[in-house]
Amino acid sequence: MQKFWRRLSIPEKMRHAPLDLEKVKPAKMEIHLIKDECKGCGYCIEYCPKKVLEESDEINARGVHPPRVVDESKCINCSFCSIVCPDFAIFVTEKKNKEEK
Amino acid sequence: MVQETVPVVLHPFSKYLREDMMPHIWCQGCGNGVLVNAFVHALDELQTDLDKLVVVSGIGCIGRTAGYMNADSFHTTHGRALPFATGVKLANPELEVVVISGDGDLFAIGGNHFIHAARRNMGIKVLCANNLNYGMTGGQQGPTTPLESVTTTSPYGNIENPFNLVHLAAASGATYVARWTSLHVRRLTQSIKKMLQKEGFCFIEMLSPCPEIYGRYNKMRSGLEMMGWFKKASVVESFSDPSKADITADRIVVGEFVDISKLSYEKMLHEKISKINERAMEKVS
Amino acid sequence: MKTALTGAHFLNGDVACAEGAIAAGCRFFAGYPITPATEIAEHLSQRMPEFGGIYIQMEDEIASMAAVIGASYSGLKAMTATSGPGFSLMQENIGLAVMTEAPCVVVDVMRGGPSTGQPTLPGQQDVMQAKWGSHGDYGIIALSPCSVQEMFDLTVEAFNLSETYRVPTLLMGDEIVGHMWEKVVIPPPDKIVIVNRKKPNVPREKYLPFKPDENLVPPMACFGEGFRFHATGLTHNEHGYPRTSSSEVQSELVHRLVDKISKNADKIIRVEEVMLEDADIVVVAYGIVARAALSAIRKAREKGIKAGLLRLITLWPFPEEQVANAAKGAKGIVVPEMNCGQMVREVERAAKETPVAFLSKLGEDPHTPMEILEVIRRNK
Repeated sequence: MQKFWRRLSIPEKMRHAPLDLEKVKPAKMEIHLIKDECKGCGYCIEYCPKKVLEESDEINARGVHPPRVVDESKCINCSFCSIVCPDFAIFVTEKKNKEEK
Repeated sequence: MVQETVPVVLHPFSKYLREDMMPHIWCQGCGNGVLVNAFVHALDELQTDLDKLVVVSGIGCIGRTAGYMNADSFHTTHGRALPFATGVKLANPELEVVVISGDGDLFAIGGNHFIHAARRNMGIKVLCANNLNYGMTGGQQGPTTPLESVTTTSPYGNIENPFNLVHLAAASGATYVARWTSLHVRRLTQSIKKMLQKEGFCFIEMLSPCPEIYGRYNKMRSGLEMMGWFKKASVVESFSDPSKADITADRIVVGEFVDISKLSYEKMLHEKISKINERAMEKVS
Repeated sequence: MKTALTGAHFLNGDVACAEGAIAAGCRFFAGYPITPATEIAEHLSQRMPEFGGIYIQMEDEIASMAAVIGASYSGLKAMTATSGPGFSLMQENIGLAVMTEAPCVVVDVMRGGPSTGQPTLPGQQDVMQAKWGSHGDYGIIALSPCSVQEMFDLTVEAFNLSETYRVPTLLMGDEIVGHMWEKVVIPPPDKIVIVNRKKPNVPREKYLPFKPDENLVPPMACFGEGFRFHATGLTHNEHGYPRTSSSEVQSELVHRLVDKISKNADKIIRVEEVMLEDADIVVVAYGIVARAALSAIRKAREKGIKAGLLRLITLWPFPEEQVANAAKGAKGIVVPEMNCGQMVREVERAAKETPVAFLSKLGEDPHTPMEILEVIRRNK
């Protein structure tokens, strides 16, 4: 398969990306943490596919370390953290793009 | 002086929950919250009319769910959620009746009611949080406790063979049977959505971590360790033979096992009643 | 829809009870076959669908009672029928019905007990269980029919009482009253008084499912009306939310459940008084035994003994006042029962100084009038 693409002389960076990647920008996500609801189970941190979250140093009202966002730009809106949280303490929304405003 | 206001962050699904009953009583890492979360996500995707939803639960940690859902709800005596739900559904078949209960409530004390509700193909949707023990009362063995597990009433290791819930549900006549773990949240949500749109008796088992009690007695001291077991051991084998769908330390068979069409009891009953009614009207006139 | 039975009919007690339920508006029956109440289930399995009602045979009596509460909460008038062994099984869920204030009717056609006992023979051995059967403190209503006509009338009354007071109402028949055949006169439907549960008259957001009115009974919404309320068997506050750690809530709730019946007792209790005005000896009886007692006091009067009959139609709440009044003017009280002494304890308590004689009889036949007459004669 690789030889086929090389023969067609398509640049490397386009071989595994959508053809309209320059025009369509993936949405930016905003991660909301309801810190005092968190019980510190760690599911969102552990199972985020992009490792966007890590355990913070602060202590919330329940005496545990809630997560904190490491790099919000890496979030791909898989919303796994939203569904797996047993305490409804985290959810993700789409940030409005500057052009759309 | 500038009046500062801190905006209150409201979870988008808080409308599905009774805010004055939150926060819930479940422990750190408890799978019950995950089940309710998946359920609420499914309700939202389907835009279910909450005025027509009735949530019935039995006794147990998961039994508190009825109190937390923002819908008509009832918390029955131990094991009797299914017959209560039967009365509700027959009296008003327009209602969407969902039973959310635990492994002990549905299969120990409630075992008889389960097999008969499934046999009748009553249009009740059952979500079972299987945490492998009796959590609310402190961690006693239950009908799904794996062999050799340590619980407060099996301190030398459990010697009772556990039920295979999906096998039992399939054999009793359910039209939709699935098992997922609290790790498979997305597939669980899709299963719940499917179930809510199906006719007849549907059953979804969700393997639920009970890290504070079951986990701690059985060398999985945190929710992450129990979820780690689910991750390591789960295999998705949809539509495989449910009698071979084991749950062991190395193998947890998950997936959808049954997805058939069968006329539900309440449909059959109401068709019969209208026929009898018509005949009676003819006789009278 | 088939018409309700009206006019004069020759029926057996169980069938009369079933027809009474239909006349009262019952549209849900969940039961389990048990001698001698099976005929109620069989008759309703045929009649219920004719009225668009639901009949379901559940897997056991526990499920039957749970389904009845479920149907009641969905807005239907619901009923089940059983005998001693099934009545024991239903106790936990009768407690649930009391705690969640679900209107429903439970018919117990009593037979010889304890345990499996004598399924085809009468008894009155469950009357104390009617009051104290479920664990915890609560108030309950129990009625005792003595004829096939009363099996019809008291079933209608049981539904009306259960709807008024949001409490499970028990109809304590016995095998003889259940199986005997007698003439029943049924009025046309528009002449039968029917009471329905009070509905809430507040907007949905303001509804408190367990906030009582002045008569200590909360108005009742049902599932599917958009009230989105919660009910639980746990001790709960007016919202219906569990409050398992609060002494105040427990005290308030349980006292209200007891007071709901005891403070409204004067509106609930009914008795029949025969020749009590000048009676020296009062026979206090209920159920089939009251028929023999009636005959006995008439024979006694013929012999010059001033005897009277106080027939208890309501067993619970116990007609203390009526018994006390009858005891005041009397020299002695005779209580014949088909058990080893149950309601006689309540009679003794209410009668205070007046001596009470108890006549027990177990087995196939209730007391004969001559047996009761003998005791009357001995105690005059």
